[in-house]
Amino acid sequence: MKSFEYTITDEVGIHARPAGILAKKVKEFNSVVTISKDGKSAEAKKLMAVMGLGVKQGQTVTVTVEGADEETAVVEMEKFFKENL
Amino acid sequence: MREFAGKSVCKGIAIGKIKYFTTKENTVVKRKVQDTDAEIERYEAAKQKAIEELENLYEKAVVKVGEDNAAIFNVHAMMLEDDDFNDSVANIITTQQTNAEYAVASTGDNFSEIFANMDDDYFKARSADVKDIAERVIRVLQGVTDSRELGDEPVILVAEDLSPSETVQMDKDKLLSFVTRLGSANSHTAILARTMAIPALVGVEFDGDYTGHMCIVDGYEGRMIIDPKEEVLEKYRVKKEADDTNKALLAELKGKENITASGKKINLYANIGNPGDLGAVLNNDAGGIGLFRSEFLYLESKDYPTEEEQFAAYKKVVEAMGGKKVIIRTLDIGADKQVDYFHLDKEENPALGYRAIRICLTRPEIFKTQLRALFRASAYGNLSIMYPMIISVDEVLKIKEISKAVREELKAEGFPIGEVEEGIMIETPAAAIMSDELAKHVDFFSIGTNDLTQYTLAIDRQNAKLEPFYDAHHPALLKLIEMVVENSHKAGIWTGICGELGADTELTETFVKMGIDELSVAPGAILPVRKAIRDIR
Repeated sequence: MKSFEYTITDEVGIHARPAGILAKKVKEFNSVVTISKDGKSAEAKKLMAVMGLGVKQGQTVTVTVEGADEETAVVEMEKFFKENL
Repeated sequence: MREFAGKSVCKGIAIGKIKYFTTKENTVVKRKVQDTDAEIERYEAAKQKAIEELENLYEKAVVKVGEDNAAIFNVHAMMLEDDDFNDSVANIITTQQTNAEYAVASTGDNFSEIFANMDDDYFKARSADVKDIAERVIRVLQGVTDSRELGDEPVILVAEDLSPSETVQMDKDKLLSFVTRLGSANSHTAILARTMAIPALVGVEFDGDYTGHMCIVDGYEGRMIIDPKEEVLEKYRVKKEADDTNKALLAELKGKENITASGKKINLYANIGNPGDLGAVLNNDAGGIGLFRSEFLYLESKDYPTEEEQFAAYKKVVEAMGGKKVIIRTLDIGADKQVDYFHLDKEENPALGYRAIRICLTRPEIFKTQLRALFRASAYGNLSIMYPMIISVDEVLKIKEISKAVREELKAEGFPIGEVEEGIMIETPAAAIMSDELAKHVDFFSIGTNDLTQYTLAIDRQNAKLEPFYDAHHPALLKLIEMVVENSHKAGIWTGICGELGADTELTETFVKMGIDELSVAPGAILPVRKAIRDIR
C-alpha cells in the first residue's frame, strides 16, 4: 500500500469537474484508490462519494493506493492532485 | 405596483412581460415489474441516451457560452456514470421489483439530499445537478421531450428554479431576464446568466403567477417591480437606454484592435487586484494584465502566504489568461497598505517610508518566497514580473542577483521555468531621471503615475486642501513620462503606463504621440480607451 497527503489549493475544493476527471483517471489502474478526510473515506472512482466528502480549499486529504500497479498509480495520482486540485 | 427584492447575479435592466414557469415535476408512478433484468436494461438504455443528450448539449453550449460553462454537461454525464448512483437504481429495481422511473426518482432524491445537507454553498448547490440528471433519465424513460417552449415575444422568465440544462436550451433571443425563487449566486444557472449577459435575480420571494404582467428587473439594485407606475417605468426606460448604449459600445469595440487611424498599435491591458477580477478582464476584452497587484495575498492572509499558496494563485491567473501577458507586481506593502504580521514600525511619513522593494531587499526571505512562486507559475503561461518603488540602478542589480539565485535554485530542484520578462515601475522622480541607465538592466518600464505625480508635485492626494494646487496633467509629469519613453526606446525596451492617468482619455493621444507602447487600466476603462486610441487621426 502506498499513500500520500495533499492539501487542496483549488478555491472551490474537490469540486465536480476534477472529481469527474479523477474518477475516469483512476479507472486506468488496477489499484484501489481511496481518498480520506477526517475519518471519512471514499473510493476515488466514485464521483458522488468523493464530492460527498465535501473537501474544501486548505483541507488535507490522505490518498491511499493499493494493488498490483500501486507504484505507478501513486506517482500518477500525486501528479494529478498537484495539477488539478 | 409590487416590488420584490432579490440577489442580483447579473447586472443590467430588463423591461417586459413575465412568463412564469411552473416546475412541472415529472409525475412518477410506482409500478410493479416482473422482469427486473429487463427493467435494468431499460434503465441502461435510457441512461446511455441521456448521456448522448448531454454530449450534444455540451457541444451546443461550448459555442454559446464557452468551454468553462459548458463543462457542467460533461460533469452531468460523469455523474450518470457514477457507480453508486447506478448500483442504487439497479438495487431498487431488483429488491422492490419496481419500474426504472421510480428507482431513478428515489435515487435522485436520496443523492440530492446528501448534497443539500452539506454545509458548503458550492456542494449544496450540487443537489440541483443531481435532480437535473435524474429528471433527464426519467424524461427519456417516459419518452417525453422537454416542453418548456418560449413564445414569440421576448419575456422575463420567472420560475421557482431553473436547471442548468433548461437555462442553456432556451432561445436566448426570447429571453430578457431570469428571476428565480431558489438558486444561489454559485448555481450554474447564475453563472450562465452572467455569461449570456442578461440580468438575473435569485432568491426572489415572489407570491404567485404573474404571467403577462408588465415587469422591470433591475440587476443593479437587485429588484423586481411588477406592474410599475408610469413614472417608474419611464425612469427605467431612460436607465435601460444608457445601459444599452454602453453595451453597444462594448459590442462595437470588442475584438477590435487598439490601433490609431495612422496604424499605430498600442497594447491595452487591465489592472487587477485579485483573481476574482478575471471575469471583468475577459469580459472587457483586455489584451493581457498589465498590473496584477500581489498584495491581496498578503492582505487576506493572517500570516505570510506560503510559496504553495502564492504559486496556486499566480498559476490560476496565467492559466486563465491563456498565452496572454500577465505582469505581476511584487509585494507593495507599507504606506497605506498595512499588514499586522509584517510588524512594521509606525512612520511619520509612510509614503516616503519603508515599503515595497525596500522591505523585499532588507527581508529577502519574504522576497524569495514570492519569486519562487512567480517563477514556478511562469511555466504555465506568459508571466512577467515587475518591481515597485525603484530609485537606483544599484537596487535593480541587487534584485537581479536574488532573482538569478532563485531561478538557479528552482532549476536545480527540477522545476520548469518559462520565459519571464522582468521590469520595473517608474514611480519615483529618481527612477524617471535615471531611466536611461535603468533601461540597460531591465526588460520593460511601467509608469506608476499615481505615486509619480505625488512625488513629483510634492502633493499628498489625500489632502483635500491641496486640491487647488493639484494638476493631474502637470507639464513636469508629462515631461518625465516622455523622457522615460524615449530612454526606454533608445535601449530597445518598451514602456507602459499602469497608473490612473493611463485611463484618462484626454491624455490618450498625448501618450500615443510620445510613443507609449502599452496602457494598463481598470477593466471597465478598456473599451473607452480603445475608442480613444481608434479615434486618433
